[in-house]
Amino acid sequence: MTTNSIQVTAAPDHSLPGEPVETRTVGQISVQQPVLSARAVNIFYGAKQAIKDINLDIGLHSVTALIGPSGCGKSTFLRSMNRMNDTIPGARMTGRITLDGEDIYSGDQDVVQLRARVGMVFQQPNPFPKSIYENVAYGPRIHGLAVTRADLDVIVQSSLQKAGLWSEVKDRLSHPGTGLSGGQQQRLCIARAMAVDPEVILMDEPCSALDPVATARIEDLIDELRDKYTIVIVTHNMQQAARVSQRTAYFHMGELIEVGATNQIFTNPGHRLTEDYITGRFG
Amino acid sequence: MLTSTLLLILIGCSVAMYFVGRSRSIALVGGRSGISKLNSLPGHYGLWVAAWCLLPALAIVLAWNALGHRLIVSAVVSQASSVTAPMSPGQRSLLLSDIQNVEDGTVPLALASPSVKAAAFELRRLEQLSHSAVAVLALCVMLLAGGLTWHRLSPTVRARHAVEKVFRVGLAACSTLAIFITIGIVASVLFEALRFFHLVPVTDFLFGTQWSPQMAIRADQVGSSGAFGAVPLFLGTLVISVVAMGVSIPIGLFAAIYLAEYANRRVRAIAKPLLELLAGIPTVVYGFFAALTVGPLLVNFGRVIGVAVAPESGLAAGLVMGVMIIPFVSSLADDMITAVPKALRDGSLALGATRSETIRKVVLRAALPGIAGGVLLAVSRAIGETMIVVMAAGLTGTMTANPFRSVTTVTVQIVQLLVGDSEFDSPKTLAAFALGLVLFAATLALNFIALVIVRKYREQYQ
Repeated sequence: MTTNSIQVTAAPDHSLPGEPVETRTVGQISVQQPVLSARAVNIFYGAKQAIKDINLDIGLHSVTALIGPSGCGKSTFLRSMNRMNDTIPGARMTGRITLDGEDIYSGDQDVVQLRARVGMVFQQPNPFPKSIYENVAYGPRIHGLAVTRADLDVIVQSSLQKAGLWSEVKDRLSHPGTGLSGGQQQRLCIARAMAVDPEVILMDEPCSALDPVATARIEDLIDELRDKYTIVIVTHNMQQAARVSQRTAYFHMGELIEVGATNQIFTNPGHRLTEDYITGRFG
Repeated sequence: MLTSTLLLILIGCSVAMYFVGRSRSIALVGGRSGISKLNSLPGHYGLWVAAWCLLPALAIVLAWNALGHRLIVSAVVSQASSVTAPMSPGQRSLLLSDIQNVEDGTVPLALASPSVKAAAFELRRLEQLSHSAVAVLALCVMLLAGGLTWHRLSPTVRARHAVEKVFRVGLAACSTLAIFITIGIVASVLFEALRFFHLVPVTDFLFGTQWSPQMAIRADQVGSSGAFGAVPLFLGTLVISVVAMGVSIPIGLFAAIYLAEYANRRVRAIAKPLLELLAGIPTVVYGFFAALTVGPLLVNFGRVIGVAVAPESGLAAGLVMGVMIIPFVSSLADDMITAVPKALRDGSLALGATRSETIRKVVLRAALPGIAGGVLLAVSRAIGETMIVVMAAGLTGTMTANPFRSVTTVTVQIVQLLVGDSEFDSPKTLAAFALGLVLFAATLALNFIALVIVRKYREQYQ
């Protein structure tokens, strides 16, 4: 690993306000308009260190793909960005992650507000055992985003439209969300996440439980959503990363090995481990 | 030969035949090294031979035990009664009990009439003869079937499948037996209840508001005409069940939520068994507690706040019964809450819901069918509970929905009606069966509803 490692000192105008970053990661970890920034992030599950010294910026209105072999820490890193790791007993984090410049792990950060701003879509579609309408209305109700029923109707409709599900479900909004097909369920979950109007949507292998047709629909959707949202997607599927993302970060054994523009990572990787992985030598 | 001895011999022989069949199958292929040439494992051959040895003979013994005695008795009785004039069924059964009393020595021989004496001797002779005949027949069948099977044993016999079939038939027989026993119980209650409804109209029973089951035994007794309006009992049962549910549902559910969602592993490991200990206390002990502690406490409390509370009240019984069924509710609810997938919790938390919002709006929603099932089970338990009510709620059927007064329940009255000397043709005794039928129908309906709810929601999940 040492042969290809280089020290990157980020250019001052690209870094966070403050000190330049020292990292072993190959490529440019900072971006022009960072929404989320991770600096020196370590996460431990009990005594085991899941991710080691991660520095990474997530750029505004773009899709960032996190790839890497199983157990490389990409999901852990994803979940640290809306503090979902807090729900795991024994999980501990050091370092700093900022959202629009505010430290999300600081004491006065309200985790409820944070998660409203950083939504999440999971690997398995997990609609609530409620109607389609109530699934989407769940977030707005909790956060008091709609005053009247008409407001709520508007939010539900626009969220379902953005998720490309409206035409399929508009006549059966009162049916249980669990009765939809897998792909529809996942789009329902995306609609549910968008209903609270987040800035960032985190997606943890959103297509791994879906068939190819449903996967293609979700991928198209992700591409459309890029106009309004910042998206971070964890995927095992390298073609998917290549298709939907603009920036790709390669994780290995808890470390961020390389990050860069997606077409550069897939055509001209800078690190031997990245190359081995994308050419299918392991994974 | 006694039937038990015969059975022991049969079982002993078939155990022996198991080993014989097993070793013969091994011997046929030239020792242990040849076992792979057998169609089935040696144990299968052993079981196959043993089954053929035991089952046909066993069937003969069982069939004779079920029918033989009755055939002999009816033969003897018709022989004895053919001597005299034609008889009514009643006289026939009198004659039969005379003969049997003489035969087993309850009535001294000297007191019996000659025809009865002769019939008794004939009965004894036939019984002994049939015993020996069956023993000989069963042993012959055993030897024949066992020997034949032993002879047919060869490496190509598919003993494995034969044994499989025997097991399948055996398992089917067990489940059929359970079903028939249930049907039998229902039928016995049903027929007695129908007899009751011949004496007292169904509508009077179901809608009457007066319950006073004492009947005049002699004509000159006063004030006991017997009234069988069961509404006060239904009302009493309802009051006590509602009170019990009012205690057990909130406490049980909240305890379950705490244990499943908030308590750490150590607290859970201690608190859960302690809570479930409540279910292990005998109901009689709860009864003391209700009658001697809770009852007087409520009376005093009532005096303080100016409400008249009877020393035996539906409230006392209901409160204690509620405590008793807390573990039913909490244990089932806890299981159901723990079974809700973590993905649903994460989904809710990721939308910015707090822990309690997640529990209220998602977890409980998802666990609802299971919780409803648990609650309905607890309700049927409450309806069927007797001991606490006998001791704490009273025995008089009062037409009231006031939990501060003394009430009585269906189960308590069943006990009341059947204890002590009672005749089986009076409405008083038969009323117990009618009440039992209602109770059975109510719990059956509750269980059915619980199943439907659970199934409906489970489908939604898949």
